[in-house]
Amino acid sequence: MGEKDDLNCIVIHARDNVAVARVDIEAGGAVRPRPGESFPALERIPCGHKVALVGIGMGEPVCKYGEIIGYATVDIAPGALVHTHNLKGDEP
Amino acid sequence: MGYVRPDGSVGVRNHVAIIPTVACVNGVARMVEREVGGAVAIIHGHGCGRAVEIGMHQGALAGIGANPNVAGAVVIGLGCETIDADWVASRIAEKGKPVEVYRVQEHGGSLKTARKAADAARAMVGDLSLLERVECGIDSLVLGLECGGSDAFSGVSANPAVGLVVDWVVDAGGSAILTESTEMIGTAHILARRAHDGETARQVEKVVDDAWRRAQDILGPLAPFVVAPGNMDGGISSISEKSLGCICKAGSRSIQGVYGYGTRPERTGLVIMDGPGYDMESMAGLASAGCQVILFTTGRGTPAGFPVVPVVKVASTSRLFAAMEDDMDVNAGTVLDGEPMEVVAGRIAARMLEIAGGQPSKAETNGMGGIVCLYAVTPSF
Repeated sequence: MGEKDDLNCIVIHARDNVAVARVDIEAGGAVRPRPGESFPALERIPCGHKVALVGIGMGEPVCKYGEIIGYATVDIAPGALVHTHNLKGDEP
Repeated sequence: MGYVRPDGSVGVRNHVAIIPTVACVNGVARMVEREVGGAVAIIHGHGCGRAVEIGMHQGALAGIGANPNVAGAVVIGLGCETIDADWVASRIAEKGKPVEVYRVQEHGGSLKTARKAADAARAMVGDLSLLERVECGIDSLVLGLECGGSDAFSGVSANPAVGLVVDWVVDAGGSAILTESTEMIGTAHILARRAHDGETARQVEKVVDDAWRRAQDILGPLAPFVVAPGNMDGGISSISEKSLGCICKAGSRSIQGVYGYGTRPERTGLVIMDGPGYDMESMAGLASAGCQVILFTTGRGTPAGFPVVPVVKVASTSRLFAAMEDDMDVNAGTVLDGEPMEVVAGRIAARMLEIAGGQPSKAETNGMGGIVCLYAVTPSF
């Protein structure tokens, strides 16, 4: 099987700073979003949830689909889970 | 791939539609459908007792009759209903299709009317069965887009893959209709940016703002939660994220226009139709707008189809595809297993074209046409 099969999360758009886990990734396990890229998960990333690809400072935008889905409410480190505890979306 | 109609549109099916103008005569339409092979009854719950929606419902029934997949129609009225059977028939006749009208109160009751209507439908099926499929380009395709029973993966696998199919169809000169205004909430600025001109951008923003206002009116403080049912557990963190996952099934091309529920778009390419998030009402609007095929993505799984339009189900996970294989046409869950998005999109496009070419979709094989649900915003009286 090729390297593609080892990737355990999906980067939907090149501009994104988060990826979606396609399987459960355990704390300390390798996050492999793109070929040749690997870094440890800081906590458990459940299947379907988002993991930070880079550091995202408090107040900075979180991007998925190449668009802003919300803003970091605290500093987020690479490998951290990104969800409602550290991301706030705009009111519609 | 289809049947060329007198107005130049192309049907991928060759149905004779039996259209009751009011629910009171649904039984008569059913009788005709039972008796005449090739006839399809458009069973619905409306036609009278309303003020606000009468025009919209009348337009939607005429639109379904005018859909390219319908070769001819028999309109069955009661006689005292608000919807005008002659108006519905005239709009279908404008497309150059054969149409007959029968009113139950004028033709001696249900049985006699059904007999006369069945004779007319039988003659129509006979004439129209002589039509042959011819090769047609993608530019004749109007694709309806729908997602229902979504899960956290709909926006990661099935919807982005369908989005690539839509880009391909639009680039080839075809059209696609994105609807379900409720599921665009939080993305008005993003969709507006993709509008081809300022007026379209303004209309996009209005449709999405109105959907948000309606959701708040109906749901109150629960609005932000109910538009994302169960999604937070699955990893969705904001309304914008959830809606981006929905609208990505419309691909990335510019938005050419915004149209009312069930209205046939004047422009080709990617357009938006205002409509509810409820799948069944949404599909009726898409059929009325002239879609020949509906691409329907689902995560939790639904068997729903539509009487005269093949509905192609795209599963968001391999687990769903295996669990409901009888209802699913294509598995996009392989994206999560590592299959490249472009390859999955290619499989969806190939299956869609086979179904457009005459192979039945799972919903057709299973007879999941059901009742046509028309959108309504006010109570009946």
